[in-house]
Amino acid sequence: MAKRIDVSDLNIYYGSFLAVQDVTVSIEPRSVTALIGPSGCGKSTFLRSINRMHEVLPGARVEGKVIMDGQDLYGPGVDPVDVRRQIGMVFQRPNPFPTMSIYDNVAAGLRLNNKKISKSDLDGLVERSLRGANLWTEVKDRLGRPASGLSGGQQQRLCIARAIAVEPDVLLMDEPASALDPISTLAIEDLMTELKERFTIVIVTHNMQQAARVSEQTGFFNIAGAGQPGRLIEFNPTEKIFSNPDQKATEDYISGRFG
Amino acid sequence: MTTSPMRVDSPTGSTPSGRGPVRQTRRLPRWAAAASFAAAIVVALLLGQLRDTHIALLALGAVALGTVLLYSLSRAVEGPRRATDRLTTCLVYSAFGLAMVPLVSLIVEVVRRGAPRLDGEFFSWSLLGVVGEGGGAYHAIMGTLVITGLTTLIAVPIGLMTAIYLVEYGTGRLKRTITFLVDVMTGIPSIVAGLFAYALFALFLGPGVRLGIAGAVALAVLMIPVVVRSAEEVLKLVPNELREAAYALGVPKWRTIVKVVIPTAMAGLATGVTLAIARVIGETAPLLVTVGIANATNFDPFDGRMATLPVYAYYQLTQPGVPPEFAIDRAWTAALVLILIVMGLNVMARLISRFFAPTTGR
Ligand SMILES: Nc1ncnc2c1ncn2[C@@H]1O[C@H](COP(=O)(O)OP(=O)(O)OP(=O)(O)O)[C@@H](O)[C@H]1O
Ligand SMILES: [Mg+2]
Repeated sequence: MAKRIDVSDLNIYYGSFLAVQDVTVSIEPRSVTALIGPSGCGKSTFLRSINRMHEVLPGARVEGKVIMDGQDLYGPGVDPVDVRRQIGMVFQRPNPFPTMSIYDNVAAGLRLNNKKISKSDLDGLVERSLRGANLWTEVKDRLGRPASGLSGGQQQRLCIARAIAVEPDVLLMDEPASALDPISTLAIEDLMTELKERFTIVIVTHNMQQAARVSEQTGFFNIAGAGQPGRLIEFNPTEKIFSNPDQKATEDYISGRFG
Repeated sequence: MTTSPMRVDSPTGSTPSGRGPVRQTRRLPRWAAAASFAAAIVVALLLGQLRDTHIALLALGAVALGTVLLYSLSRAVEGPRRATDRLTTCLVYSAFGLAMVPLVSLIVEVVRRGAPRLDGEFFSWSLLGVVGEGGGAYHAIMGTLVITGLTTLIAVPIGLMTAIYLVEYGTGRLKRTITFLVDVMTGIPSIVAGLFAYALFALFLGPGVRLGIAGAVALAVLMIPVVVRSAEEVLKLVPNELREAAYALGVPKWRTIVKVVIPTAMAGLATGVTLAIARVIGETAPLLVTVGIANATNFDPFDGRMATLPVYAYYQLTQPGVPPEFAIDRAWTAALVLILIVMGLNVMARLISRFFAPTTGR
């Protein structure tokens, strides 16, 4: 069940430092939304505030609204743990649990939450998730081996399998392919195209071609200068952003004429 | 560009080291070092023949002479830079050798004097009704195991939870205060811990109380800060990414700690606990005032005096009775057993960290 997310007037702080200012954006369900922009402009910060991962850092806080299918995620009485169950996340660096096997990593979302599930159901779920992440054929013979024995690209796909195994509504990906070779990158891009049938996907990337290839909508973040807050400069359909952007800054960034 | 404080300047200032084409330098043959020291030892032995000198002095003289010989040789043939290098090497090795002297001589002495009584009787008999020859330390070994086990039961949960609080939850002043108090606890003299436990139990049970549990409390006071410190270091090493990975799956914080952080740190935690046990198992003073000594085997830490290995060794040595040799032999054997236990614990700690470390290899 993909869900739509409406963000309005979002300000994101690290202590007293305003890192991202005044973001208003709508993220469509069953689509891939790409976020691009120079380093340090607040893409990761914004992404992490969607599933309330931002606030796990000491002093970090958020003002404004993030509404998912009518429910304000920052409303009073909303448990961040519940939010994170509905909005999964894949990190820039693959981070499988080193003490667990490949199987246990995929099952981690359920196991760690003490969900009661029969062995055969769990087997099925693990296989489905690994197939979903395009990893099944590579690991089906060594599900019991430690996850740290996989290559970087396989680990990243394992993390994707782990994230989709809990069946979230939204999947956030922070530069999921930045440490991967072109083949693994392609595998993950294909995967996103498949996954968007079921999930709402938001991806941060530094790779313009990737954004152009996989996304329907693209948001461009920029920063006026060091110490200034990052802002969402432009949010438009990907084709428009890459052919005929509204903003001069977007065009400069995309064509590489960036200060 | 090395400007480290470790650098040793050659006394005559450095010769400009040749950049550019590789300079052909003359080197001493490989056996030069061995030869210098062999010569020094021969000279020392000859001197020892002439005048009666203590063996330690002779050894010192031989090392000093060998160093001087090698340095001068090297300086004449290889130049000041290599000579300085050789001198430093000699100094470092000598310092290491000097540091090993007490350890090696202690072990040799304890083994030499403790080995004769390291027999079946020692491990199966207590001192009940033993006068003179024979007897063993079964009761003391059991007492040490019971009291150390209790200590571990008290100190590990408290220490672990404190460490978890400090690493995972603590912020601001409370965290700083606890860290400071743990530091202070680390420095508590062991006799003070013993007196504290004694006073605590005397408060409830009257003066003169001697209980195994009181000894365990005293040892726990000594053990807790060690456990906190080591657990804190290990927990800090768990990458934050793993915590975030669990949070992002909708796992609550406490469950993340229990199911992800602690298992990841397990090897380090177990190693730390094992070393902490090794640290307190040989404590004598606090047990002397809280547990006392007994001749019979007593498994019940809540009822009366118990014997423990260190206190046993102490009493066998200081109050051997007549004739004294047998008790003194037992004291040495008790010391040997204690050393063996501590070594065993250290080996165990290494095995634990080897086998239970998260597998990273392919
Ligand atoms: N933990 C933190 N504490 C304080 N400031 C932070 C923290 N993390 C990020 N920032 C600041 O917030 C701003 C945005 O950082 P963010 O990581 O969101 O950038 P980004 O767009 O993801 O960059 P990149 O493309 O390099 O990943 C930066 O100015 C950064 O210095
Ligand atoms: Mg980032």
